[in-house]
Amino acid sequence: MNKIETHNVNLHYGDFHALKGISMSIVENSVTALIGPSGCGKSTYLRLFNRMNDLISSVKIEGDILVEGKDIYERGVDVDELRKKVGMVFQKPNPFPKTIFENIAYGLRVNGIKDKAFIEERVERSLQQSALWGEVKDKLKKSAFELSGGQQQRLCIARALAIEPTVLLMDEPASALDPISTTKIEELIYELKNQYTIIIVTHNMQQAGRVSDRTAFFYMGELIEIDETKVIFTNPKNVRTQNYITGRFG
Amino acid sequence: MRKRITKFLEKIIESLLLISGTFTSVIVLLIILFLFKEGAGLFTNTPMEKGNVVALNKANQVNELTPAQFKNIFDQKIKTWKEVGGSSDSIKLFRVDDIASFYTEDQIGSNFEHLGACINDHISKTPNIIAFFPTEYAATGFQGKLVKLKNITIGSFITDKEWFPTAQPVAQFGVLSLILGTLWVSFAAILFALPLGLATAIYLAEIADSRVRNILKPLIELLAGIPSVVYGFFGLVVIVPLIKTIFNLDVGETALAGSIILGIMALPTIITVSEDALRTTPRAMKEASLALGASKWQTIYKVSIPYSASGITAGAILGIGRAIGETMAVLMCTGNAAVIPHTLLQPVRTIPATIAAELGEAAQGGLHYKALFALGCILFIITFFINLAVEMISSKHRGGKHI
Ligand SMILES: Nc1ncnc2c1ncn2[C@@H]1O[C@H](COP(=O)(O)OP(=O)(O)OP(=O)(O)O)[C@@H](O)[C@H]1O
Ligand SMILES: [Mg+2]
Repeated sequence: MNKIETHNVNLHYGDFHALKGISMSIVENSVTALIGPSGCGKSTYLRLFNRMNDLISSVKIEGDILVEGKDIYERGVDVDELRKKVGMVFQKPNPFPKTIFENIAYGLRVNGIKDKAFIEERVERSLQQSALWGEVKDKLKKSAFELSGGQQQRLCIARALAIEPTVLLMDEPASALDPISTTKIEELIYELKNQYTIIIVTHNMQQAGRVSDRTAFFYMGELIEIDETKVIFTNPKNVRTQNYITGRFG
Repeated sequence: MRKRITKFLEKIIESLLLISGTFTSVIVLLIILFLFKEGAGLFTNTPMEKGNVVALNKANQVNELTPAQFKNIFDQKIKTWKEVGGSSDSIKLFRVDDIASFYTEDQIGSNFEHLGACINDHISKTPNIIAFFPTEYAATGFQGKLVKLKNITIGSFITDKEWFPTAQPVAQFGVLSLILGTLWVSFAAILFALPLGLATAIYLAEIADSRVRNILKPLIELLAGIPSVVYGFFGLVVIVPLIKTIFNLDVGETALAGSIILGIMALPTIITVSEDALRTTPRAMKEASLALGASKWQTIYKVSIPYSASGITAGAILGIGRAIGETMAVLMCTGNAAVIPHTLLQPVRTIPATIAAELGEAAQGGLHYKALFALGCILFIITFFINLAVEMISSKHRGGKHI
């Protein structure tokens, strides 16, 4: 089943044509990796799904973007509701300058949840899901800034999970991290994919190979090829994909 | 060779910078020193008019009076000696001019040559008298008792309520009403200006698109450049009559009028400082909030405002600082009555307005003159602490922080 579909999507930043006629489907409860050279539009494409591009005033979007069969750019769509369903983890860990506990409770609180026991239970569960609970359970009242970079990123994942989205967008979630933290995040993605539809942008081919079920290759704003990750890495149809995978450019 | 010349020039520029830096610091220090030296002169003096004395009958038990007691006696607010620690007799006032009702012109002498003797005689015959007259008449063989007037102290200066620097026989230098007037007007001004300024800052930083901001921002900065007389004039012509009609008052020159004008004058400071603070909120932080389904407003008040709270506070305090030191506009709008205000609808007088209004008529080196300098010192101390607070808050901002 397709969780997300885009049909002939074009995006302009002012005069700059950043996404060119992209049509693609994303399968539910699977991991899709977006790869491609820097500046090819991976982040731009990813940010379509929670309408983060709306923050940039020069952006113009054409085409259909469907999440669970509904066009999310239609008039009258509640963007805040959409973002509860489509969570996001950013490239750089960006915890709030609050305590570890409050960071995770934030998403619940802005959604009007006040029940203390419920929030506590949800915080613990999210931290467990993101494999951070053991490390922080004794210092929930400490500042999130006291955590290491890798811990902060897992905190950001926990924060996204706390509001129970069904889609998780990850924009190079491990690019700022050391190898051990990276491995932890990859294991985490592997754990989560049974319940979540995950789209991950990465520059790391091995990572794409390890975590994803399907891989899409972008080049200069175009979708060149999307297929099973195995196929993309072993037997790509397009020569540009092959060149990129084998490290001949990019 | 070239290199050595450039090196040399650099050295010269460096030393020029050093000299001008030192020069400005020394100038500032000298000004502060001068201010405090002149102001301190007030406290080694009694507020008695020079060349005059106050005398009592020898039998009176009272030896010393405070300036405030003097004033109240001569204003007939204190009527018996008991109230100042003496017998229960009522107080009899005597000024030089009153002498004609006790002695004939012959007794006094056509050239007042016997005036001293007459005063002397009258004082010794009247047990409950308090007499005020020029020192020359208390020369040799004086039968009465000269009253000591207590020196002005820092304590009495700050806590006395009466500011009446030209009062006779004893000037009143109590600045409590002026200090309270200043604080009252300034804090009321911030009460108006803070919500308005914060709202504008949020609008500019978070909501307005760049076109609107490019028009509004310079306009607001322009507001800071308008001379304060112009504000005062606007207040006098527009706000004062408005207050008069709205509240149905006899006079519109009130603390409220001054506060509104000061509030408007503090707005540019509050807006620019708060807006700059709000803009320092990292984009990543706001995106994190929005990505969790928080609305724009939730993001503003749960992320942007807490993040920039110390900057906003600094803006508000700087605004107060501007209001406290402001002279011209308040002078024109507040009515300048030196009384402790109980409501915003009463006239008040602020420290800067007092200095500006009275320095011209105070004799240089005189007590009044020194008292105005002492007022300047108080103002300096208040603003010094305000700047200190801003400094502390913004340095806290620079270090790591937590919301
Ligand atoms: N806010 C913006 N305004 C104008 N152009 C932008 C903006 N954001 C991105 N672009 C342009 O759009 C193109 C795609 O950017 P995008 O960030 O999606 O690339 P990317 O594939 O994620 O690159 P990277 O791997 O370096 O993150 C780039 O050429 C970039 O310069
Ligand atoms: Mg990117």
